[in-house]
Amino acid sequence: IHFVLLISRQGKVRLTKWYSPYSQKERTKVIRELSGLILTRGPKLCNFVEWSGLKVVYKRYASLYFCMCINQDDNELEVLEIIHHFVEILDRYFGSVCELDLIFNFHKAYYILDELLIAGELQESSKKTVARLIAAQDSLVEAAKEQASSISNMIAQATK
Amino acid sequence: MTGPSLMDSLFQRTLEDLIKGLRLHLVHESTFISKSLDEIRREVRSPDLDTKAAAVQKVTYLRSLHGVDDSFAAFPAVELAASPRFRHKQIAYLAASVSFHSATAVLLLLTNQLRKDLNSSNEFEVSLALQCLSVVCNLDLARDLTPEIFTLLSSSKQLIRKKAIATILRVFGEYPDAVRVCFKRLVENVESSDPQTVSAVVSVFCELASREPNSYLPLAPEFYRVLVDSRNNWVLIKVLKIFANLAPLEPRLAKRIIEPIGEHMRRTGAKSLMFECIRTIVTSLSDYDSAVRLAVAKVQEFLVDDDPNLKYLGLQALSIVVPKHSWAVVENKEFVIKSLSDTDPNIKLEALRLVMAMVSEDDLSEICRVLLNYALKSDPEFCNEILGSVLATCSRNVYEIIIDFDWYVSVLGEMTRIPHCQKGEEIESQLIDIGMRVKDVRPELVHVGRDLLIDPALLGNPFLHRVLSAAAWVSGEYVKFSKNPIELMEALLQPRTGLLPSSIRAVYIQSAFKVLTFCLHSYLFAKEAVASSSSCAYDLESGASDSIPEKGCPEGSNLATSEALASSEQNEDFNRSFLCQSVEDNCTENDGDTLVAPGPSSSSASLNKLQFTRGSIINLLDLIKTALGPLAGSHEVEVQERAWNVLGLIKLVEQEIQDTPMQNEGKFVMEELKASEIMKLMHDAFFGELGPVSKSAQERVPIPDGLMLKENLNDLETVCGDVQLPSTCSFSLGKPHFEESSGSLFDFQKKEELEPSSESTSMLAEHRKRHGLYYLPSEIKETTSSDYPPANESKLAISVSVSDDVDYLVKLTEQSLVPKKKSNQTKPRPIVVKLDERDGVRIAANKPESKNDLISGAVREVLLGNEGIPTSSQGKHFDKLSSKTRGKEKIAIVQPLGSTGLLANAGNSELANSSPRRSKHVSHGKEKKPRSPRNNAEGCEERSYRDKKKGDHRHVKNKARQSADGGVNVVAQTPVIPDFLL
Repeated sequence: IHFVLLISRQGKVRLTKWYSPYSQKERTKVIRELSGLILTRGPKLCNFVEWSGLKVVYKRYASLYFCMCINQDDNELEVLEIIHHFVEILDRYFGSVCELDLIFNFHKAYYILDELLIAGELQESSKKTVARLIAAQDSLVEAAKEQASSISNMIAQATK
Repeated sequence: MTGPSLMDSLFQRTLEDLIKGLRLHLVHESTFISKSLDEIRREVRSPDLDTKAAAVQKVTYLRSLHGVDDSFAAFPAVELAASPRFRHKQIAYLAASVSFHSATAVLLLLTNQLRKDLNSSNEFEVSLALQCLSVVCNLDLARDLTPEIFTLLSSSKQLIRKKAIATILRVFGEYPDAVRVCFKRLVENVESSDPQTVSAVVSVFCELASREPNSYLPLAPEFYRVLVDSRNNWVLIKVLKIFANLAPLEPRLAKRIIEPIGEHMRRTGAKSLMFECIRTIVTSLSDYDSAVRLAVAKVQEFLVDDDPNLKYLGLQALSIVVPKHSWAVVENKEFVIKSLSDTDPNIKLEALRLVMAMVSEDDLSEICRVLLNYALKSDPEFCNEILGSVLATCSRNVYEIIIDFDWYVSVLGEMTRIPHCQKGEEIESQLIDIGMRVKDVRPELVHVGRDLLIDPALLGNPFLHRVLSAAAWVSGEYVKFSKNPIELMEALLQPRTGLLPSSIRAVYIQSAFKVLTFCLHSYLFAKEAVASSSSCAYDLESGASDSIPEKGCPEGSNLATSEALASSEQNEDFNRSFLCQSVEDNCTENDGDTLVAPGPSSSSASLNKLQFTRGSIINLLDLIKTALGPLAGSHEVEVQERAWNVLGLIKLVEQEIQDTPMQNEGKFVMEELKASEIMKLMHDAFFGELGPVSKSAQERVPIPDGLMLKENLNDLETVCGDVQLPSTCSFSLGKPHFEESSGSLFDFQKKEELEPSSESTSMLAEHRKRHGLYYLPSEIKETTSSDYPPANESKLAISVSVSDDVDYLVKLTEQSLVPKKKSNQTKPRPIVVKLDERDGVRIAANKPESKNDLISGAVREVLLGNEGIPTSSQGKHFDKLSSKTRGKEKIAIVQPLGSTGLLANAGNSELANSSPRRSKHVSHGKEKKPRSPRNNAEGCEERSYRDKKKGDHRHVKNKARQSADGGVNVVAQTPVIPDFLL
C-alpha cells in the first residue's frame, strides 16, 4: 500500500498516511487528482480506479471515502477487506464512528491505523487485538495526563 | 521564566480549539491557519513539555490535512520524543512520521532517541519507535539501528516481533547490507507458531520476491508448508503472490503448487483468496491446462456476479489469460461485448482491452464494425478510447493483422466522421504511413482523401485538421490515381480552408501545387502527343522530351490508335483521355513503378474522362489565381511562400497556354517546348519516388580499417543519443526533392552528426561513395530489411556506443537473433514496406537496476553463501557473516551481480532447469559437502576479493561449507531444496 487517504464527500481531506516517499507538492497533486477521480464516480460502480500506473481501491462509508493506493499486481479485494477492517475497528473504538470523531480525534485514528498497517503492510488482522493495544496505550496516556494535570495543579496552586 | 510559560499553557489553544476554529473560519481558512501557525511557532519554543506537545500536535494536524510547511516544528518534535512521558512520545513520533522524510536534517538527532526506545522495556514505546522508523528510515538510520532491529526480530513479545519484521523491509530497502545480518532470523520467523508473525514475514518476502524473485527460490519449501497448512486468508494471499513470482522460474515448483492451489479454490468462500488463486494460475501457471480451466470456470462465476468489483476483476483475469489461451475469451465473448455498454467506465475500458486482445486477422473487420458502432453511441471519452485502441491494434507491428488495406483506409475515413473523434493526429500519421508503405492501396487512399477534402463539415472540427492535412498530402502526392484532379483542386482551394491553421494551409497549397503540376503536365504532354502524332513527328518529339522515348511498344500502339482517332475533332476528348493514360503509364514508368496495378490506374483514366481541355486548364489557373492571390500577402511565411511558388509557376506557363491555339501545329511544338520542359522538370521533381531508408542503415556500414571509433566514445554517445531519439519517422515526409540530392544531403547530415570528430575526410568521401548501397534503390524497395547486408555485430555495439561491456553485447546479440519477420508474405496481402525498427528497443533495453540488485545480491549471499558480490563494505561484513553463519551447510551458487537480463536467466536456468546437467550439479554439490571447511571458507574470502572486478563470470559454483562444529545446528531448509525440487 502506497498511501491511505480519507476524503469527505465534499473533497475535504480527513486523514492522510503515506507509506512511500512523496514530496509535499506531489501529495497535494495526488489528493487533488484522486478526489476529482473518485468523488465523481457513481455509487453503483466498482471500487477500483486505475491511476497513473497504480490502482486505487476506495470504498465509501457514510460521507467518507476511504482510499488506499496499491500496485498493479496487488489484490484489490484484499485491500477492500483491509479498508473494511479499519472501519470496523474505528467503529468499535469510537462506538459507531462518524466523520466528526475522526476530525476531532485525528491522532487516535492515526494510532489505530498504525496498529493495523505498518510500512504499508497489514500487520494485525484481529480486531480485538488492535482494540486491546489501543486501549492499553490510552490508559498509559491517561495515567500520564493525570500525573501532568496534578503537577500543573500543584504549580498553579503554588503560584497563586 | 515560569510566568509566561504558565500563561502559555493555561491559555494555549488545544488541538480541539484549533479544529473548531478551522471549522468556523471556512471562508478565511488560510488566514486563520497562518495566524495559528504564528501562535504555534511561539508555543513550540516553550520549555514546558505539555505546551510543546499541544503545539506539535496542532502542527501535525495542519501538516497532514492542510499541507502546511512545518519544518520549524521538526526540532521540537525531536525534543518531545525524548520526554519520558508516553503521551509526549506518542505525539512526537506521530509528528515525525507525518512530516519527516529521509532527507530531514534532524533525523540525525533522532537516531539516539530511537535506539533508546527500541531498547526500552515498554513494548509500546518500542512499537512507537518501530512505526516511526518504518516511515522515516534512511540510510544512516538503517545502518545505525540494524543491530537493535536484529535483536527485536526474536523478541519474545509478538507485538514487537511482528513490527520489527515489517520494519525490516524498509531497512533492507535503504541499507542492503542489513540483509546479511538479519536474514537468517527473518527466515526463522516463518516457522513461528504465531500467525501474525508468519503473516508479517510472508508479507515482507512477498514484497522482496516481487522485486527480484530469483534469490528466494531456496525458501520455497517453507512457503509451500505455509501454503498447505495455513488457513489464514491474509497469509495465503501473500504466499500465493510469492509463488506467482517464483513459479515461472522453476517448472517443478509449479507442478507442486497446483494441487494445493486447486484445493484452496474448491474450499474457500472468500472471494479475495479465490481471486488471488485465479490470478496466480493465469499469470504463472498458464501452462497447466486443468488449472487454467478451473480458473476460467471461476472467472465465469465472477463475470455473472452482480458485484461490479468482481466483474471488473474477472475481465482483468481474462485479459491476463488471453495471450496464451484465447479460447477463454472466446467462450465469454458475448459477455465481454455486452460489458462494452456497462455503466462503469472501468469495466468498459477493461472489456475494450479484452476485445482488442482477442482480435485476429479473420474477425478484425467484424470487431471493428462493432466497435465503431459502439463509438458512435458512447460518450466522447470512451469513444476516443475505442478509436485509440482500434488504431493502436491495427497499426501494431507495422499493420500486421491487416490484410485488406482498402478496407482499413476506408475505416480510417469513417473514423474521422465520428462526431467525437479526437484522434486526428494518429489517423494522420497512419494515413501517410500506409500511403508510403503500401503501394496497392494508394488509389483507395486518394479516394478516401478526396472524400475527406470535399466534406466542408470536417473543416470546422479542429481535432480533424491533422487528418485533413494528411488527406491533402496524400491526394497531392498520389494525384495520378485521382479520378478528377480538378475537383480535388477545388476542394483544396475552397474558401473554408481559411479555418485551417497556417501549417496545414501550407500543406494544402503544396498539394494544390502538385495537383496543378500534374494537370499541366498531362495537358501539355497530351497535346504534344496529339501534335506530334498528327504531324508524324515522332522522333522530333522524342528529342524534345526525354520521357516519351521511354515508352514501350504498347504505347506506340496506343499512339497509333490515337493517331487514327485524332483526326476527328469530336473525338478529341476521348483521345485526350487516352493519351493521358499513356502519359500516366509513362510517368509511372519514370518512377520505376513497375508494380503499379494497371487495373485502377487505367480504369480511372479511361472511365472518368480526364479531360484537360484548354478551357478547363484555364479555368483551373483562374481558380488558383483567385484563391491564392490574397494569400500571397499572408503573414504566415509558409503559406505565403508556397502561394508564391504556385503563382509563379502559373505565370510561367499561362502565357504560352493561352497563346497556343493561335499557332499552327508545327510551330506549336516548338513554342510549347519551354513550358513543357518546365513542366516535365516539375513533374519529375514531384512524382519521382523516394525510397525509404532504414533508420539503422547508417549502423550497417562496416567500419573501414584503421578507423578508431573507440577514441571518441563519449562524444559519440551524446551525439548518437541526439540522432536516434528525435527521429520518429524514417522517411522524409516534407517537400519532396530530387531523389539523389535529398538522399545524399540527408545522408551527409546524418554522417556528419554521427562522426563529427572523425578528422579523416577520406572517411567521409568513402562513406559517401558507399552510401548508395544502403539506400534501397527504388526498384527493390518492397523487400524488407532482411535484405541488408548482415549486421556487423561489433559495429552495432560500438555505434550504439557503450563500453565493451560483455553483458551488453550479449543482449545485443540476443536482439539481433530475434526471429525476423519473414520477408515474403505468402498471403495475398499487399506488400508493406518495413524497415528495421529495433532501434527504440535497443535504447530502452539498457537500464540498470542497482538497488534491487544490491538487495537480492545480499540475499543470495546470505541464503546461498554467495561470495561474488562486490559491495562497498563487504569485507567488513563478510567477517561478521562468516562467523555468524558458521555451522550451517550450504550449497553456494554464484551468480554475477550485473545480471539483470539474459545472464540472470542463464544463471537461473542453471539453478532451476530440469536438465540432467543440473541434477548432476546438485549431486556434485552434495558430494562436495564434507570437504574441509576452513580451507574452503578462506578460499571464499580470497575469491571475493579476486572476483570483485569481474562482472562477467557466468559459471556456477557449488560450494559447501561446514565449520568444525558443523552438523549441530543444521537448518532444515537447505537440504530440502534438492529433494523438493527433484
